[in-house]
Amino acid sequence: MFELIFPGWLAGVLLSLTTGPLGSFIVWRRMSSFGDTLSHSSLLGIALSIAFNVNSFYAILILMSFIAIILAWLEELLPVSLDTVLNIISHSSLSLGMVFISLISSKKEINITNYLFGDLLSVTKNDLITISISSILILSILLFRWHSILSSTINEELSQIDGINVLYARLTIMLMTAFTIAIAIKFVGALLITSLLIIPPATAQHFSGSPEKMVIIAIIVSILSVTGGISLSVFYNTPASPSIVLCSSFLCLISNIKKHFY
Amino acid sequence: MFEFVKLKNVCVNLSHRSILTDISLSLISNRVLTLIGPNGAGKSTLVRIILGLIKPNSGTIIRSNNLSVGYVPQKLHLNTLLPITVERFMKLSRKTNNIKIEEMLKRVKAESLKFCQLQKLSGGEMQRILFAKALLNNPNLLVLDEPTQGVDVMGQLALYKLINEIRHELQCAILIVSHDLNFVMAKTDDVICLNNHICCSGTPETVCNNLEFISIFGLKRVQELAIYHHNHNHIHNF
Repeated sequence: MFELIFPGWLAGVLLSLTTGPLGSFIVWRRMSSFGDTLSHSSLLGIALSIAFNVNSFYAILILMSFIAIILAWLEELLPVSLDTVLNIISHSSLSLGMVFISLISSKKEINITNYLFGDLLSVTKNDLITISISSILILSILLFRWHSILSSTINEELSQIDGINVLYARLTIMLMTAFTIAIAIKFVGALLITSLLIIPPATAQHFSGSPEKMVIIAIIVSILSVTGGISLSVFYNTPASPSIVLCSSFLCLISNIKKHFY
Repeated sequence: MFEFVKLKNVCVNLSHRSILTDISLSLISNRVLTLIGPNGAGKSTLVRIILGLIKPNSGTIIRSNNLSVGYVPQKLHLNTLLPITVERFMKLSRKTNNIKIEEMLKRVKAESLKFCQLQKLSGGEMQRILFAKALLNNPNLLVLDEPTQGVDVMGQLALYKLINEIRHELQCAILIVSHDLNFVMAKTDDVICLNNHICCSGTPETVCNNLEFISIFGLKRVQELAIYHHNHNHIHNF
């Protein structure tokens, strides 16, 4: 039994290492709509991968990077109406993907459930290697640019005057998020990936006095949620990804209650 | 005497509305320029032009190389979701160390706030921290946006005194944006009155010897303030 769940658990832990810090930035920068838009557009990526007969992972990755760059540029252009525009892009790309798929694949069946909720327990050894390499890559880039990204998150004007390129910082975060979502979609699903990014940092917020501390606690909360969620899915035969989200919501609820009684 | 920033015939339009017209000014070392004007005059826009945050639609800006700028904004739209202490916030400036941070916090009389969370600071405390942060990398140009807003009388005097000391120590150019149309800091070298364009400019008149003034405002305050006499030759129609 242990061999069955260990790869899935390990994948969840490795993903937590990147969703912790990236999720924290998404919460601080109020970017959760971006995360949603990126994950909904992944269906379009799948459609394109079927149409052009390429590996779905690369199709999704390239499409999402493209959309991430457009979104970063859009934030610069329309700061006020961005919310509406994001919704439009998000649902349009999802619908375009679904229509496209129905038009081109009369023969092939797409397992929508797998796409929406992922299949964490079906992770293979190769997948683990992919996840490890990408986690190391993302963490290195984040560490390298930590100072400028943090500074521009606190206040863009002050950091711009200090000489930091805020557009690059924004672009870095968005591309890293696109990359993480592209990797995680296969295992966690498009519907829930954003909540896995956001809920652990939201839980960590009450216990942290510094940004780094919040990131570390977010990673720990995420690992705890993965462990709890997988245990739940093993013992009660529930789907893995929603179980993980439920665990993290539960931890968030407890932390909120503790905050009020502390 | 070093010209750090020079604006020539700068015009700014936003959404087809003219915000600034034909602005020319210079920011020179060891000189204080006070910018006054009514609400909506374009003072904030002019400050952003000078800081390089927005680009003008026409006109030229000449900035000296490696210009180190310290900016103390009027209101900081802080990201309240990010937990961070004052000390860490100050450390975000490059080329700084703990000794310098401690020193600057002492100068603005905020050393007790060193380990407080940034979100928990009051408006006045936040402004002092921002001032300390602006001073951290020995700025050539110090820009203060309405620094005396909401500050009590003794606080204003202390602030002007500190600005003067900084100016002499660092030999920097100082730009103060003031909401007060009549009173400016006594040691101001130049005043510009702005309302979309430069309505008038000149030097203020010190009133430290004016007995009537002393009787109204008190001796201490009178020493730190000066009156600026506007010399408009036009009227704005609204």
